[in-house]
Amino acid sequence: MEKKVYFRGIALPYFLLLPQLIITGLFFFWPAGQAVYQSFLREDAFGLSSTFVGFENFADVLSDPTWLQSALRTLLFSSSVAVLALGFALFLAVQADKHIRGANTYKTLLIWPYAVAPAIAAVLWLFMFHPSIGLFGRMLNGMGIPWDYKLNGNQAMLLIILAAAWKQVSYNFIFFLAGLQSIPKAVLEAASIDGARPMRRFWTVVFPLLSPTAFFLLVVNLVYAFFDTFGIIHSLTQGGPGKATETLIYRVYTDGVMNLNFGSSAAQSVILMILVVCLTVVQFRYVERKVHY
Amino acid sequence: MATLNLRHIKKSFGPTHVLHGVDLDVRDGEMIVIVGASGCGKSTLLRIVAGLETASSGDVIINGQNVTPLEPADRDVAMVFQNYALYPHMSVFQNMAYGLKIRGMPRDKIIKRVDEAAKLLGIGALLERKPRQLSGGQRQRVAMGRAIVREPKLFLFDEPLSNLDAKLRVQMRAEIRQLQKRLGVTSLFVTHDQVEAMTLGDRLVVMHAGHAAQIATPMEIWEKPADTYVAGFIGSPSMNFLPATLIQGGGAAQLDTNGLILPFADGPRAGEAGRKLTLGIRPEHLRIGQGGLELLVDLVEPLGGESVLHGKLPDGTPLTARLQGATYADGQMGVILPLEWLHVFDGETGKRIEAGA
Amino acid sequence: MGATLDVNALADRTRRRQRREAFVTHLCLIIGVLIFAFPIYLTVIGSTHDVNTIGRGDVPLVPGGEAVANYAQAWGVGGGRFMGVPAGVMLMNSIIMAMCVAIGKIVISLTSAYAVVFFRFPFRMLFFWLIFITLMLPVEVRIIPTIQVMVDLNMTNTYQGLIVPLIASATATLLFRQFFLTIPDEYVEAAKIDGAGPIRFFVDVVLPLSRTNVAALFVILFIFGWNQYLWPLLIVNDRSMETVVVGLTKMIGSGDAQNEWNVIMATAVLALLPPVAVVFLMQRWFVKGLTETEK
Repeated sequence: MEKKVYFRGIALPYFLLLPQLIITGLFFFWPAGQAVYQSFLREDAFGLSSTFVGFENFADVLSDPTWLQSALRTLLFSSSVAVLALGFALFLAVQADKHIRGANTYKTLLIWPYAVAPAIAAVLWLFMFHPSIGLFGRMLNGMGIPWDYKLNGNQAMLLIILAAAWKQVSYNFIFFLAGLQSIPKAVLEAASIDGARPMRRFWTVVFPLLSPTAFFLLVVNLVYAFFDTFGIIHSLTQGGPGKATETLIYRVYTDGVMNLNFGSSAAQSVILMILVVCLTVVQFRYVERKVHY
Repeated sequence: MATLNLRHIKKSFGPTHVLHGVDLDVRDGEMIVIVGASGCGKSTLLRIVAGLETASSGDVIINGQNVTPLEPADRDVAMVFQNYALYPHMSVFQNMAYGLKIRGMPRDKIIKRVDEAAKLLGIGALLERKPRQLSGGQRQRVAMGRAIVREPKLFLFDEPLSNLDAKLRVQMRAEIRQLQKRLGVTSLFVTHDQVEAMTLGDRLVVMHAGHAAQIATPMEIWEKPADTYVAGFIGSPSMNFLPATLIQGGGAAQLDTNGLILPFADGPRAGEAGRKLTLGIRPEHLRIGQGGLELLVDLVEPLGGESVLHGKLPDGTPLTARLQGATYADGQMGVILPLEWLHVFDGETGKRIEAGA
Repeated sequence: MGATLDVNALADRTRRRQRREAFVTHLCLIIGVLIFAFPIYLTVIGSTHDVNTIGRGDVPLVPGGEAVANYAQAWGVGGGRFMGVPAGVMLMNSIIMAMCVAIGKIVISLTSAYAVVFFRFPFRMLFFWLIFITLMLPVEVRIIPTIQVMVDLNMTNTYQGLIVPLIASATATLLFRQFFLTIPDEYVEAAKIDGAGPIRFFVDVVLPLSRTNVAALFVILFIFGWNQYLWPLLIVNDRSMETVVVGLTKMIGSGDAQNEWNVIMATAVLALLPPVAVVFLMQRWFVKGLTETEK
C-alpha cells in the first residue's frame, strides 16, 4: 500500500505531520502512558505520595469480587445490546433493501437517529419510562406491574439495554444496508434461477456474503457497549440502584473521579485498554481474511 | 429439451416502452440468437423469459405450458450471466451443485453430474477453488457448468462473451456452439456482436427499438434483410445506402447523387414514378469500373488479402468499398454496382421492397 | 381452455402473494420508523405542555399550548431544579465545540495523510503506526491522566480544553490516507511535469478531489463532537461552558418527579436539532463516507 510516485523533500512532510503528532503525543500517548504508569502506583491515605506496587493493583482488581461482578454485568449488557441492535438493524435493512415504493424515504427515516447522542437517547427513554411521568412507566404501573427502575436493579438493566440498543440500530442499519447493496444483483438472480426461494437465498447467499460486515459491526457494537454507553448509564441510573447497572467503564469513573482511587482506576483502564486492543486486532485479522471481492 | 413460444410480449418501465409486442416460436433444440444495439430490449426479453422481469402483457410458453406467472425457480431454465454471477463464497463444486442440492438430489448423484459437466468443460481441476481465484475464461466455464448440470428446459445466455478478450471470445464462441449442439438444449443467446450472431445462431432475431425487425436464418438475413436497420446492422463494413427515385414503370431506379439509372435485375417494383427509395449495396459487392459512380477515396485500410476503401461521392455521400488486393491509394476511382446485388428499400419506411411488391 | 384457466388463477395467486409480501414489508418498515420516531415525538409533545401536566403524568399524545413559553424559558433561562443554564448558551458551546472538533480534525488529518502518502522520509511508517494506534483507545479509557494534562496546561473550562484532545485520534487520517492512495500516480507525474510543487498539488488537485470525503467526515465528526459526554463532564465545571448534552442530564439530576420537565424536554428537543439537521442535509455524503471508513 504505497505510492510509487512522490514528492521530494523532508522538511515539508514533517511540518505537515507535526500538528497531529503534537496533539497525539500530548493528549494521547502521554496520558495513556501516565495511565499505565499510575496503574503500578498506590497512593497513601492522604494522597500525598505514591509507592510503586508492581502488579498489585491489577491483582487487587482482578480478585475483587465486585469487579468480577461488574465484568459479568458488562458482558451481559454488551452482548444483549449487540444482539438486539444487530438483529433489529439486519431485519430492517433486509426490508429496506427490497424494491418497494418509498424505499428511500424509509431509509432516510431510519438513518437520522444516528445523530442522537447516547446521553440524549437515555433522556428520551427516561421520559417514556419514568415511573411517575413517563407514558409507559405509568402504563406499566397502571397494569399492576410495579415499575420503578430506580429501585429495581433488573428493570434498570433492562432500561439501559433498551436505550443503548435503540441508539445503535441506526449505525448498524447503515452498514448492513451498504453490505446488502454491495451484493451483485446478478448473484441473487442466479440463485433465484437455480431454484432458491427468498428464505433460502437469504441464508445460503446473502448472509454468508454479509458476514464480514456483520463481524465488523459486532466488534464496533461491543466497543460501543463497553465505552460509549457511559453517557446512558450516567444519565439514567448512575450505576444504580446499588451496583445493578455499574459496568466496567462506569467503575473506572467512580473509582477514579468520585473515589479518587487513581491506582485502581488506572489499573482498570489498562485492563480495558488491553481488551479493546485484542478485539480490534481480532477484527482486522478476520475481516482481511474474509473479504471476497 | 423444449419448445418456446413468445406471444406478443410487451414491456414498459413506467412511461418508457421497451418492448412493443414480440412474437417468437422456437423449436426444440434450436439456438436462437437475439441481436441488436444497446437499448433495443434484447436483455429485457431474455429476462422476461427467465422470469426475472414480468412482461407488461403477453405470454411465455415453455413446452406448451404457460409459465408467465411462474417464478424463475419454477421455470426449469438456466442462465449464464454477462458477469457470470458465481457465488463468491462457494467453491466451484458448490457453485455447480447449488441448484441440484435445492432440488433434493442425493449427494452421490450430484457429484456424478458435476464431474461429468466439469469434464465436458475442462474445469475438473478447479472444483475446489473459489471464483476469485479463477480467470475470466474459467469463470465463464463454471457459469456454463452451473447451467449444464441442471439439465434444464432452456439455456439462456446474456452476453456471456462480452467480458472476455478477443481471442478467448472466438474460442469460447466455438465451444458454446459445439456444446449446445451436443446437448441439444433449446437456447436463447443475447449479444450485440453481429459476428457472434451470424456464427452461433440457427436463427437470428434482430431487435430494433423494442421490435423484432427480422427473424430468420443468418443467411436469409444477410441476403434479404427486412429493412435498412437490419441491412446496416449485419455485415461488416456496413451496407452502403444511396437515396434514389423509382422510375416510370417501376423497372428501374434513378440515383439522386448523379442521376445514374439502375434497372432492377429481378423485376419491377410497384409504385408511382417518383416514389422515394433507398438502394443498398454491400461494400464487398462494389467493383472497379467506369460508368457507375465517381468515388473520391480518402482512407485505405489494408487488411492483407483485401482492402477497405472509405471515400465520398461528388455530392458528399459517404461510400465504403471492400476490394481484393492491396494496391490501392487515395484519389479518384470509378466504381460500378452489380445489379444482382442491389437491395431496394422504401425511402420513407426503410422496409425492403421485393420485386412485384 | 383448461390451461388458460389455470394460468389466470396462478397469475392471480402470484399477484396476491406479491401484494401480501409488499404489505408485510411496508408494515415492518413503518413499525421500525415509529420505534425510532416515537420517543422523539413524545418529547416534542411534552415540550409543549406545562410542568404540572407533565408532573401528573397526564401528557396526551397531542401538542399543548405552552410551546412558546417553554422554549423561551429553555433558551433564555434554563431549567432543572437548581439554577439552570440557558439552552441558548449551552447550544452555542456545543456548536462551537462540534464545529471546531470537526474542522480541526479534518484539517490536521488532511495534512498528516498527505505527508504520509505523498512523501518519503525517515520514520514515516513509524509515525503512521503511532497515529494508527490511537484508533484503538477511546478517550474514556485514558480520562484521568488526560484531565491531569489539561489541568497542568490550564486548559480546563476552556473551549481549547473541550476540543483539542478530541482531535487526537486517527479515524479521519486513516480515511484520507486510504483515499489518497487511490489517486492515480499519473496526477502527481502530470503535476511535476507542469512544474507544480507539493503545496500547489495539494491545493489544486488533492483538495478538490477530497470534497466528498470531507463532507462525509464533517457529518461524522460534528456528530461525534456534539455527542461527547464523559469528556465535557470532566473538563468543565463552570456552568457557562456547559455543553447541551451534558447540561441536559445535569438538569435532570436524579430524575426526581419535581423537575421542570417541560423546560427539560424543550431543551432536549433543542439539543437534537443541530445534529439531526446536519445528518438530514448531508445524508448522501455521510452514508458513503461512513461505510468507507470501515475499510
